[in-house]
Amino acid sequence: MPVETWLIFILGFMIIGSIIALELKDLLSAVISIGIVGLGVSLAFLFLQALDLAIVQFLFEIFALIILIRAFIGKEYHIQEPSRSHIVQTVITIGALLLILLLSINMFKALPGFGHPIFSTAKHYVENGGLETGSANIVSAIILDYRAYDTLGEVTVLFTAILGALTILRTKKSNGLAGGDHETN
Amino acid sequence: MKQTEGMTLIVKTVTRISVWLILLYGIYIILHGHLSPGGGFAGGVIIALAFLNVMLAYGRNFINRWVNIGFLHDIESSSAALFLAVGILGMAIGGGFLANFISHGKLYNLLSAGTIPVLNIIISAKVSMGLFVVVWTLSVFHLDKGGKDE
Repeated sequence: MPVETWLIFILGFMIIGSIIALELKDLLSAVISIGIVGLGVSLAFLFLQALDLAIVQFLFEIFALIILIRAFIGKEYHIQEPSRSHIVQTVITIGALLLILLLSINMFKALPGFGHPIFSTAKHYVENGGLETGSANIVSAIILDYRAYDTLGEVTVLFTAILGALTILRTKKSNGLAGGDHETN
Repeated sequence: MKQTEGMTLIVKTVTRISVWLILLYGIYIILHGHLSPGGGFAGGVIIALAFLNVMLAYGRNFINRWVNIGFLHDIESSSAALFLAVGILGMAIGGGFLANFISHGKLYNLLSAGTIPVLNIIISAKVSMGLFVVVWTLSVFHLDKGGKDE
């Protein structure tokens, strides 16, 4: 089977998984079924031969699943309130999506074919990346040599995010206004 | 059976054996980041997951005794500065910010690609320690409802 067929199959699977996650009343089951989406993305990357992305996506999915499950286990809000059906809102949403699809048909015709990118930068990287950087893995060559400045920005974003989380969740009380209460060991 | 912290004896025994293999796999992914798929980010998440595995199986009081959380936080913070230091060294030696100033070596060799493995190791330290410290902080965090002071 061609890659496109597999991708359509995985996308349909992901859509079904997210709809199930929305409709389930139990929050823990909803968290587990939302994992279908992340693992489906990982599988899609595998079929597109983007192994680096597939590995990172798979690991982060497990990481997020562990945190979400730990957050929801043993909590009182385990069972969701049954939501009322909103037929008007559903119809409006589907209508708007169909309208956007109708308006963007011309744009879809102008898109390049599957697997034929219009940018020529990638061709240079694939052809000369190994010689210019000495790295056999082209992805590493791009993110740590050609685009290392972007990676520095990424590291800064991670640093700032972790700093913010640690500041909000700090456990030591300063002037009695700490966000958290330290557990007595 | 005496109620102890963490999960059952089976989980603890399996964790005791498997956590070293997970750490080894993470280090492999990091060191081979310039040769095979993976790299600093993926390997860092694997190492963070290994620490998380220990924390889930043995409980967070054990992890306080096993590793020094403050030291892990220091590694996490200093690796951002180390990344910048490599960039500035590139400016001094290679003639551009984050320039690849070390010899490229032979293609497909473990010691090749100049600064790329160095940056991979720095990023893995950053990602693994950062993610683990955040999860640890979330686990020790107890929301103060503010009822006591009224």
